[in-house]
Amino acid sequence: MEWKDEAIVLGTRKHGENSVILSLFTRERGRHSGLVRGAFSKKNRGALQAGNKLSVVWRGRLEEHLGNFQVELLESNAAHLITDPGKLAALSTACVMVEFGFPEREPHPELFDTLASLAVALDHDNWPLIYVKWEVALLSELGFGLNFSECAATGQLDDLHFVSPKSGRAVSREAGQPYKDKLLPLPQFLIGKGEMDDVSYHQALRLTWYFFDRHMFAVRNKEMPDTRQRLLKIACEMLSTE
Amino acid sequence: MNEIDQVVQLLSRLPGLGPRSAKRATLHLLQKREGLMRPLADALERAADGILECNICGNLDSTDPCHICSDGRRDSTTICVVEQVADLWALERTGAFKGHYHVLGGVLSALDGIGPEDLNMAGLINRCSEEGTEVKEIILATNLTVDGQTTAHYITERLSEFPVDVTRLAHGVPVGGELDYLDDGTLSAALKARNDLKRS
Repeated sequence: MEWKDEAIVLGTRKHGENSVILSLFTRERGRHSGLVRGAFSKKNRGALQAGNKLSVVWRGRLEEHLGNFQVELLESNAAHLITDPGKLAALSTACVMVEFGFPEREPHPELFDTLASLAVALDHDNWPLIYVKWEVALLSELGFGLNFSECAATGQLDDLHFVSPKSGRAVSREAGQPYKDKLLPLPQFLIGKGEMDDVSYHQALRLTWYFFDRHMFAVRNKEMPDTRQRLLKIACEMLSTE
Repeated sequence: MNEIDQVVQLLSRLPGLGPRSAKRATLHLLQKREGLMRPLADALERAADGILECNICGNLDSTDPCHICSDGRRDSTTICVVEQVADLWALERTGAFKGHYHVLGGVLSALDGIGPEDLNMAGLINRCSEEGTEVKEIILATNLTVDGQTTAHYITERLSEFPVDVTRLAHGVPVGGELDYLDDGTLSAALKARNDLKRS
């Protein structure tokens, strides 16, 4: 069997001396792993960094086999972000979230496009906003989308202030007031209102994490990846000094 | 399994050796039993019993502290942080660095679940923060990979509260490298780290 596709590198695990098990997010086949021989050659070692976009050829005798990848670098995203701690943390976190969040060989072409765009867009100064909006889109792709279009209780379209931890839907200030201790705060910049600062950014990442944890991490007995905690710290420090 | 097979099997686990090359090595050892095999076996036994991990830097040596940490002629104000002992050996091979080292024992990896507590990070912080420390500069010599640089950024952040300079190795065009054959990452790092020739 053989197929060709575009892919984003999620990570590698060393296998023997010269090979790695490469974990990719491909456009047509979703998350897919395979063996790369000669992974530390001059040609391959720069290409196999998390966040890079590759053109890959997979070969295996049967579809369910691990198979071998032959790779060619298309976009060297990691190299552009590697010197900036915040951007690098965002890129690593995005790759880990996809690696943990999706089963192997389940196609998500839209997520592939958003991940590929994110890896390029993180080089922008506004990367904290770009990243958190990507997490909201990721939740939606996972089937746990947040809905900020109207109040879940009253149908009110404005003054949305909270998010229901059960449904992920917005709740207006008035309807949510009696339950404000149980509801999650809705950062206004996520609905295009208000400025993004360190407090609201912290709230936004706490909001998305609540749903990631509930649906992805807690059920697998996993904790928040260190890289996401660092991302949160770096982004909040950066926003507090702006 | 006879003795020969056992030796072949053990040797084939070494880096760079497969079952066939392990067989060749075994045959070579058996043919030079007195001149090579016994001295090798003795040396391996002595190394297994006597090689220690340095409590200060994490280097492997027959003494603790290692010969680098206990060498009074080396510059104790500079510490070079490396991922593995092999990286320390590579830097020592150049003879260009006369300071001290710190071996982390790996890098942070979100995918493999390796956090700061799994690395020799606390030892580095202690060396920078202990009373009467002479350390003035930390050189980060982690690999230019996503995990290596994530580790470097983490160390920089942790050391920000201490009065030490944190530097990292230059990234760019290797000696003998031709631009046409370099990958995008190396070229972009080289451009970012360009030097002013007039001032240098």
